[in-house]
Amino acid sequence: MAAIEMQPPRLSVGPIAWLKKNLFSTWYNVLLTFLALGLLYALLKPALQWALTEARWGVIEANLTLFMIGQYPREQLWRVWLTIYMLGGMIGLSWGIWKEAARGFALIALGAGLAFIVIGLLLNSNVWINWLIADAVLLAFYALGRILPQRGASIATLGWLLYFPLIFLLVAGTRFIPWLPPVNTNQWGGLLLTLMLTIVGNIGALPLGVLLALGRRSKLPILRYFSIGYIELIRGVPLVTVLFMANLLVPLFLPVNLRPPDAVIRVMIGFIMFEAAYQAENVRGGLQAINRGQYEAAQALGLSGALTMSLIVLPQALRAVIPALFNSFISLFKDTSLVAIIGLFDILRIARSVLAQSDWLGTHREVFLFAFIIYWGFNLAFTYGSRRLEEAMGVGKR
Amino acid sequence: MQITAFWRNVRFLQALGQVVFVLMLALAAGFLYANVSTNLARQGLTVGYDFLTNPASFDIGESYISYEASNSYGRAILVGLVNTLVVSALGIVLTTFVGVIAGIARLSSNWLISRIAAAYVGVIRNTPLIIQLMFWYFGIILQLPAVKEAVALPGPIFLTRRGLYLPGFEATPAFDAWKIYIWVALASLIVIWLIFRWIQNRYDLPPPLWWYSAYLFLPILILWVGFMLQPEPPLKEMIPELAGLNFRGGLRLTPEFAALLFGLVVYTGSFIAEIVRAGIQAISRGQVEAARSLGLTTAQTLRLIIFPQALRVIIPPMTSQYLNLAKNSSLAIAIGYPDLFSIANTVINQTGAVIEVIVIIMLSYLSMSLFTSLLMNIYNSRVRLVER
Amino acid sequence: MRKTTTLIGVLALASILLAACGGAAPAPTGEPVTIKETVIVTVEVTAEGTGGTEATPVPPPVVAGGERLQAIMDRGTLICGVHGTFQGFGFLDPAGAWTGFDVEFCRAWAAALFNDADAVEFQALSAQDRFTALQSGQVDVLSRNSTWTFTRDGELGLTFGPVTFYDGQAIMARADIVPGPAAGLADLEGANVCVQSGTTTELNLADQFRAAGVSYEPVVFAEQSEAFQAYDEGRCDAITSDRSQLATQGQAVLANFADHVILDLVMSKEPLGPAVAQGDDRLADMVHWVVYGMIQAEELGITSANVDEFLTSEDPVVRRLLGVEGELGSKIGLSNDFIYRTIKLVGNYGEVFERNLAPFGLARGQNDLWTNGGLMYAPPFR
Repeated sequence: MAAIEMQPPRLSVGPIAWLKKNLFSTWYNVLLTFLALGLLYALLKPALQWALTEARWGVIEANLTLFMIGQYPREQLWRVWLTIYMLGGMIGLSWGIWKEAARGFALIALGAGLAFIVIGLLLNSNVWINWLIADAVLLAFYALGRILPQRGASIATLGWLLYFPLIFLLVAGTRFIPWLPPVNTNQWGGLLLTLMLTIVGNIGALPLGVLLALGRRSKLPILRYFSIGYIELIRGVPLVTVLFMANLLVPLFLPVNLRPPDAVIRVMIGFIMFEAAYQAENVRGGLQAINRGQYEAAQALGLSGALTMSLIVLPQALRAVIPALFNSFISLFKDTSLVAIIGLFDILRIARSVLAQSDWLGTHREVFLFAFIIYWGFNLAFTYGSRRLEEAMGVGKR
Repeated sequence: MQITAFWRNVRFLQALGQVVFVLMLALAAGFLYANVSTNLARQGLTVGYDFLTNPASFDIGESYISYEASNSYGRAILVGLVNTLVVSALGIVLTTFVGVIAGIARLSSNWLISRIAAAYVGVIRNTPLIIQLMFWYFGIILQLPAVKEAVALPGPIFLTRRGLYLPGFEATPAFDAWKIYIWVALASLIVIWLIFRWIQNRYDLPPPLWWYSAYLFLPILILWVGFMLQPEPPLKEMIPELAGLNFRGGLRLTPEFAALLFGLVVYTGSFIAEIVRAGIQAISRGQVEAARSLGLTTAQTLRLIIFPQALRVIIPPMTSQYLNLAKNSSLAIAIGYPDLFSIANTVINQTGAVIEVIVIIMLSYLSMSLFTSLLMNIYNSRVRLVER
Repeated sequence: MRKTTTLIGVLALASILLAACGGAAPAPTGEPVTIKETVIVTVEVTAEGTGGTEATPVPPPVVAGGERLQAIMDRGTLICGVHGTFQGFGFLDPAGAWTGFDVEFCRAWAAALFNDADAVEFQALSAQDRFTALQSGQVDVLSRNSTWTFTRDGELGLTFGPVTFYDGQAIMARADIVPGPAAGLADLEGANVCVQSGTTTELNLADQFRAAGVSYEPVVFAEQSEAFQAYDEGRCDAITSDRSQLATQGQAVLANFADHVILDLVMSKEPLGPAVAQGDDRLADMVHWVVYGMIQAEELGITSANVDEFLTSEDPVVRRLLGVEGELGSKIGLSNDFIYRTIKLVGNYGEVFERNLAPFGLARGQNDLWTNGGLMYAPPFR
């Protein structure tokens, strides 16, 4: 946005003028418009007809719980709900404290909650109560955030830092807390598994990515070549081979008497290894954008190399790459669907096992479209929220 | 001059750091190696590439090099590699068209067109490729009618759940004699290009637009002369036609290949569309207006001003999209196309040679990636802005 | 030369892994999240069965056998590799419960080991990764309708258990292209045949058609359910698999089973059974003798319903089997009443068969007891 452009004064207004300007301005635009209309008609008519009359959407309703949480024990479901309430609380709190920056995510979360309340009521399912609680918690914490004193920002930051380990603990459980019995990762499934993989993959890869990026820019040749080698090797092979390797080889590389980690954990290791290489490149982009003057100024102040890095350079570099990190969050979210090939019950594999149920043979389109909608809706919401956040923070712009 | 103690000497510390790093690497590698050998020994497994020469004894659905079940595992993996290369190469060419068209369409002044392109990009980019592939394969291509009720499109192209049948060409005995005319026709294209370039350098102006028709007419003229001298055509059209249970003649794309190619092209195209749009938008409006005020037509502006500059912005991200397409072709395993990854998987299962085959898979993809990067880097360095 | 290449390959991979482990250690905040949690999960599982009383010390160094079985006992759960989408053998139903013939054997071993048929953790494995899962120690036992072959036993480093199901490869074709069940391979000239990759079926298919000189086009899928779906959608003229699979899956997942014919032709012998990784004979013994016990119990007429009455039986054969007399179980590191537990909690072989396979119309046939003319025959318990 280098310069503010003045729009020319509008010569005519009204729908006819709009149509003429945007659809029928020249002879080839007229042609294109009609071609596009024809194409849309040819594609949409059978599609809509199918969706409204032929499609057996009952398959989704019957298996909705399976899609959402897989084999996660049904009597432990409250733990998943609790993570959602906590998320609502954190989003509400952030909205109250950071206002503009978190508004996008907050509006999305509120809207999604409302939509699920309506859907729950329509389907005669009890889940609408849970969503109502989630929305209520969000609004309550918003109010709390508004009245919190100046200290609010650090409380919210701490909250977010604790949130992710906490949900992992909640979902996985532990033997030390009697009311939180362990739930084996093999029982995680559906959207729950997809989200857990995305979160762990991204958060776990970031420190490793930063180290690799620093290594790649290091003056020590061995460190540099090692980082370059690792990054280029991982970026040169498909994700599915990395996952495959993590799944099959990790147990072989461990001592004989150690119990190999569960498939979910192995796949998480694979995602972290993979994502680290990509995030290293993102971070490197941020490091390169830092002006030399910053280093020199830090040196003039007498900061050591490590302090310069951690206090001056990295904070600026990470801030510059926030949009890129959001992008990799979305692409990793999509990529988690590859774990279906390894045999984990993520959304895609649940979809495939649903297709093997005798009652719902031949419902490929319904099931896959539903999976599309989950991914698409989630990504759209996330993109919207993160864009608002970026705008409010003024990152990604020079 | 002050002498620093050696433990505060920067160069010494750096060297020490590297030595420590290498030692750590070696220790960890040794630890892992010991674990692997213990684990393998305990199960009586050996590591080695001898198995590659054993007969594979499984069949592969489609192959561009000759293969049968009595061939070796090595050959089977090679078949997979070639299959991967074929689908990647075709995919890269097609996705460039789709992506460029969609990218330009997004900038169209026609509201409907730009909305359709935006919807395409928005939906496809935000959903996982593997689900798209399964949707195209199970939800669309396998739902096509059976062979007898094939959907006939002009061409003739037949769409059935057994595959897509397209007309193809087959060389006739006269093809050898025709080769010379074809070569001359191709050479004429280069000659025209050289002449035009000379004109452009000499007069600092591109030749008039209608001169470009020479690209079309000269080869046709040469081929027409050839036809006078050698009336028998070099190629025979093969038209698919229903014969018994299946179509005969023409080209056949198996449903798996068609779904994979289509899925890869559509998916990668949506990313390329964004790259092309960003590349064109990176050209400032002033450039366009300057070009128009110099009296260049819209087509000339696009060709001479916008594209050469946009190309510089476009090529590096485009390279990584091409690489992504090649790497994503490994998802073929989900829909039964015998690509490298899928065949290697079968080999692992039949032989148990996990480590060896994973090394082969990784090295193959890695060399494909490095080779493509190399080519694109060469091209990139040719179009790059010379910085001062 | 080959050795060197392998070594380099292993080292290359090792260095990748190292980067993940070694690099993570000095990481600043945030990083311990993943690593720490890995530990948490491992500990939980270990603790689940032992009730938190027995801390597991570092297991003893590799001995001739038994360390794997000991690890399972310490952990308190058996990890069993099964099919996930195969109704009748190993299936995850919409309620999230595991059912099927192979699944029940996993429960039987768990019952024998822990006196708890639910102390099993099921892992769905595809045909492609099932043996590597065993080799790498990801699962303790594989019970996933796997065929016992020489190569698998020898080259893959596995030990196969007793055959739990005698099967044979068959071929199913659309009724409109073959004359009837008596049709031969020649009737399938030029056919597209759907098959699952990484199976013996895939190899037999190639062998049989090659031997018969009939050309065909294989359409290979990584998953059996996909092969069936593609066949059902008309991608293939025929599909080949074990006869039991064609019968059960045919009914379960084909839109109209009546439109398809399973040919009488027997393409191969397919003895299906459990497998464990080589190196722990104790574990292999346990797997073997629990299955034999279930067969023996059926022969003696002991079922889950009447097993308690047999405890007071005077017949020494029964008493030894149920552990009332003698110390058979302890000789392979189990409780003496391990067969009693199995029968009580899961049932005998016949019960398992009736529960899981009879609903799909599979007759006992070869899988009947030897006394009824079948092949099921248990070595004596003495």
